[in-house]
Amino acid sequence: MDDSRSFDTYESEPASAPLDDIMQKMAEHKGCGTSGGSGKASCGSGAGPADMPQDIWDKVKNHPCYSEEAHHHYARMHVAVAPACNIQCNYCNRKYDCANESRPGVVSEKLTPEQAAKKVLAVASAIPQMTVLGIAGPGDPLANPGKTFKTFELISEAAPDIKLCLSTNGLALPDHVETIKKFNVDHVTITINMTDPDIGAEIYPWVFWKHKRVTGREAAKILTDRQLQGLEMLTANGILCKVNSVMIPGVNDDHLVTVNREVKSRGAFLHNIMPLISAPEHGTVFGLNGQRGPSAQELKALQDSCEGEMNMMRHCRQCRADAVGLLGEDRSAEFTTDKIMEMDVEYDLTARQAYQEKVEEDRQAKVAARNAELEDLAGENADLKILVAVATKGSGRINEHFGHATEFQIYELSAEGAKFVGHRRVDLYCQGGYGEEDALETVIRAINDCTAVFVAKIGHCPKDDLTKAGIDPVDQHAYEFIEQSAISYFKDYLAKVKSGEIVHVTRGDADIRQGAFAPVTA
Amino acid sequence: MTYKIVASQCTSCSACEAECPNVAITEKNGTFVINPKKCTECIGYFDIPQCVAVCPVDNTCIIDTSLPRYQPSA
Repeated sequence: MDDSRSFDTYESEPASAPLDDIMQKMAEHKGCGTSGGSGKASCGSGAGPADMPQDIWDKVKNHPCYSEEAHHHYARMHVAVAPACNIQCNYCNRKYDCANESRPGVVSEKLTPEQAAKKVLAVASAIPQMTVLGIAGPGDPLANPGKTFKTFELISEAAPDIKLCLSTNGLALPDHVETIKKFNVDHVTITINMTDPDIGAEIYPWVFWKHKRVTGREAAKILTDRQLQGLEMLTANGILCKVNSVMIPGVNDDHLVTVNREVKSRGAFLHNIMPLISAPEHGTVFGLNGQRGPSAQELKALQDSCEGEMNMMRHCRQCRADAVGLLGEDRSAEFTTDKIMEMDVEYDLTARQAYQEKVEEDRQAKVAARNAELEDLAGENADLKILVAVATKGSGRINEHFGHATEFQIYELSAEGAKFVGHRRVDLYCQGGYGEEDALETVIRAINDCTAVFVAKIGHCPKDDLTKAGIDPVDQHAYEFIEQSAISYFKDYLAKVKSGEIVHVTRGDADIRQGAFAPVTA
Repeated sequence: MTYKIVASQCTSCSACEAECPNVAITEKNGTFVINPKKCTECIGYFDIPQCVAVCPVDNTCIIDTSLPRYQPSA
């Protein structure tokens, strides 16, 4: 293709897929989980190949954002080629930039499409389990259609095995569905925080629409109409859609149940409700006017209440628009523009595939181990549930030291097994000068709702402090599979409760995103 | 002439560059600048200056008072 061609011209191309084909894809798509009625949603975060049609499984099985199961094994990267945005959100401030900051809309450097393509090849060669390339800003990819689609074009030529995805606010989405399809972008995320313009007016100060800045209710009405229209068009074309929603207590928290219903009825595949990030030092409108984010319990309660309706994503790390690596790790510093431009990159597709086959073997072993452990759990005390925290570096194993963990994964254990329900950040970014005791307090606050914490290794002092706080430090399952170990622990826990050796207590609430709210002391 | 970008507030997001009907905005040394010889304050194109409308930071695209206002030729 001629490199100079403007991608904006694709907007006007008519839909080319025959209607039958589209209807068939819709039927297949709707067959997945979202039509489950009152039954448990089936292709959500923890689902495996038995829970969904083969074509859907093929799309999500190595996409860390679309499959919780995959996120232990596969990595993604974002390239920051799309700086411009066409709307303003009260939870976003693009000016703030701290090297240690991690949240959407933040990047260290912008890239040209050519630099981005080089970076993708460099990362894919260094991290063979990197399977997904996303464009998520730092503005809106579809407010920068030329740069976004040029990047997709270059990458699909150089690395055809890498899945392409993008994340958009949806305002420009209906204009670009044909182009999205043309480049085989089969995962699109839309951030939908409301379907009620009165609520939208509290979240969006303005949208830039048809050469005008539109404010208030009118702005939110345009945005929601375009978002839902875009969602319908994507699902009609067989493109998997994830909906992101920011949970803003007192603004849209109750309303997100309605949003969940609206996006489900339009064929969304997965719903990701994320906590508002609103530290005052970020300088966002919400941060400055004291709007708080939800607690861990509030977030989980909302996610749980939507789960009967459709698949909920709980493993989102709200990553930067230039993140690189497994979710929960960030290797972007290894791949700065200066470094990648010096790299001599050779794209070895065969080596990548060989590595990924090994990952699949490990993954199947993990599932088999979990299923074996699950067998005699059925019929146990159905009401008793506990949360446990896990220190992991990935691969679905307990393989991180307590003191090195920058986050803990949270599993809910019940008679149904081990279910991933979230994660807690414990890295003390941008604080400086904090001693180890403060760090430990932070960790305890972050996992205060957990009965136990699984680690590969832990020192005596933190072990004692955790025990005092009522959290059981568990290092007997070091380097073993998470789910298998957790279920084994839970069986033991139930037996001890039954025998009266321990008394089951309900734990309290916990803080999300530790560190962001801690006061900076001299 | 006559709009300018306050460099210290510019986030270099490039949104204005694409919207300017006069192609008056370009990136220079990591921030964006308006060429006063090309800027028409969007008169004759739009009701409001596009850079002002799309800029994410208020009071960043402002009238350059050191220059005379743009006068459309009849």
